[in-house]
Amino acid sequence: MEGSRTLAADTDTTGLLPRGAGYSLRNWFNRRGWRNIIIASPYVWLLAFFLLPFLIVIAMSLATRAGTSPPFAFADTWPYVDFGNIARLFEDPVYVRAYLTSIYNAGIATALCLLLGYPMALAITRVRGTWRNIFLLLVILPFWTSFLLRVYAWIGLMGANSWFNKFLTAFINVLVPADMALRSIPMMNTNFAVVLVMVYSYLPFMILPLYANLERLDGTLNEAAMDLGSKPWQVFRDVTLPLSLPGIIAGGLLVFIPASGEVIIPSLVGDASDPMIGRVINDEFSAARDWPMASAVAVALLFMLVVPMMLYHRFESRAQAGSEVKS
Amino acid sequence: MGTVASHNGELTGAAQPFLRIDAVTKKFGGFTAVDNVSIDVRKGELFSLLGGSGCGKTTLLRVLAGFETPSLGRVIIDGQDVTDLPPYERPVNMMFQSYALFPHMSVEKNVGYGLKHEAMSDTGRRDRVRHMLDLVQLTELSGRKPHQLSGGQRQRVALARALAKQPKLLLLDEPLGALDKKLRERTQFEIMNIQDKTGITFVVVTHDQEEAMTLSTRIAVMDKGIVRQIGTPTEIYEYPRNRFVAGFIGSINQFEGAVADSANGSTAVDLPAVGGRVRVSHKAPPPPGAKVMIAVRPEKIVITRNKPSNAVNAFKGRVQDLGYFGKDSLYRVKLASGVLVTANSVNARRAGEHERIATWEDEVWLSFDPSSAILLMD
Repeated sequence: MEGSRTLAADTDTTGLLPRGAGYSLRNWFNRRGWRNIIIASPYVWLLAFFLLPFLIVIAMSLATRAGTSPPFAFADTWPYVDFGNIARLFEDPVYVRAYLTSIYNAGIATALCLLLGYPMALAITRVRGTWRNIFLLLVILPFWTSFLLRVYAWIGLMGANSWFNKFLTAFINVLVPADMALRSIPMMNTNFAVVLVMVYSYLPFMILPLYANLERLDGTLNEAAMDLGSKPWQVFRDVTLPLSLPGIIAGGLLVFIPASGEVIIPSLVGDASDPMIGRVINDEFSAARDWPMASAVAVALLFMLVVPMMLYHRFESRAQAGSEVKS
Repeated sequence: MGTVASHNGELTGAAQPFLRIDAVTKKFGGFTAVDNVSIDVRKGELFSLLGGSGCGKTTLLRVLAGFETPSLGRVIIDGQDVTDLPPYERPVNMMFQSYALFPHMSVEKNVGYGLKHEAMSDTGRRDRVRHMLDLVQLTELSGRKPHQLSGGQRQRVALARALAKQPKLLLLDEPLGALDKKLRERTQFEIMNIQDKTGITFVVVTHDQEEAMTLSTRIAVMDKGIVRQIGTPTEIYEYPRNRFVAGFIGSINQFEGAVADSANGSTAVDLPAVGGRVRVSHKAPPPPGAKVMIAVRPEKIVITRNKPSNAVNAFKGRVQDLGYFGKDSLYRVKLASGVLVTANSVNARRAGEHERIATWEDEVWLSFDPSSAILLMD
């Protein structure tokens, strides 16, 4: 291959390229240039739009607030950085509480998405042909409407005078004694509302990776387990569930990570006195104009999400390596 | 292998069959995959369901395993009607064509999986697993995952897993299909050995007639959901009962003709293809004038340079094709009618290329014994 290409370049008779610099550049591109560019482009993208901004945010978190533009400044003397923001993260209960609320809400939303999404994904793999496509379409159909619009729709649904609220109230009133009957359920501006809307919004992100995973599972494995004496629920426990673990983890991360940093949903339907961390970051940046503090909160959130993932990844690859060593 | 089978393949003897497939029909929508099939299998048999793809053999096996419910008919195993039992309540285990090993479990866990549901002690379970791994010679690999095994090793794990519960009936779906030729031959004998040692009744589905012939005590030849013949390998090969079986098993020369007369167990048939009359032995000859087919296996046709003096059935032709396979040679001889006849001759003597019986374009005589020909009516 390489030889023939060089030969082609040598016998270039078009005269369009002068011999010398242009010739060798073209030669280099033909040999390995395009391949390297294609391999490098995603790395360049990550470097420019993820790593570099991230480093800037880390640097910012070590600066102090200032009345300048941009509104932060580094210390004049060695070591030029200030760890006050980081320290405040642990000292000020507002931040600790916001982190805990975020993780709590995101955790519950993830668990509910899994509980709702797993049976749905499994059901979609069990239907054939046109129906499967229809169900998949229904899963992604909400994306065709603006996310903000859908959150506003929920605000309408949760309001005290909505049919949804009245319906739920009537339902609960059947269950409780008459003297405890409610006029309406106070849903708006609660963590319940945040979790409800997050489950609604993020459910497709749980269903789709789970579906992709479950769909690839070999159905004869289920038959084999049943043939060896397992009842359907045992087949699920022993075969389907463990083999769908990668899908559960992928779906879980796709829900948990954006949910824990969610800004819009808690701002619109959440409890302002018990904010999630995304809202705190937003407030620090825009309302308080404390960029260094906002950066510190953001960096801490990222570490909180990345460190468990890395630990899991290491555990996973070690388990993999372990099974290979044993053989 | 201890099976009493009469000449026509029916079971004889007073004992009840161990597995009774009683008039089973399975329909998928308008398509009949298995059509009124009745088969009796004796305890300890290695029974094969043989047929091309789409003949219904796999569907029938799945009916036995419990993955399909028959539209009509019953399945009785060891006196127990299992027709309506789910797979997990049947005393039956299956070895899947794809092996269906659990990828997340080690060899040991795979083999022991079915024992989880058995009422037995942990030591008992461990001993059974070890015994099974011994049986298939995989003890060293017990800690490996399926993806770390070769195809042949996976096949043995699948076999050990299916045997671990000591089922009354073991079903094998194309057990050797995924193995290469050499391994297949070796594994064939391994399976027979294991069947012999365990005494479990095996039902094997295969499309490979050689595999069925070597493995089985008896074979059911299936076509389009119907059983065409049940019999021992010899019966199926030497005494096919219809054109389908004759043509499906091995290669065979087939000639259409009409019965001329018959006397003393010898029937004369006019065969336009050979330009004359041949005599064949047949116990129950059809009346004169009946349209029949005469089928002769290539190895039963003798090829000579001169007209054999004492042959009953002999006719002349010209060698058109010659295949030399070392142990034998294959001749394709064109008769005066233009019909090609295949004859197989064993190279019993060592001979150079110029000392062969015949070579291309040589005129030769073909002959066969009346008892070697098969007379088929349908």
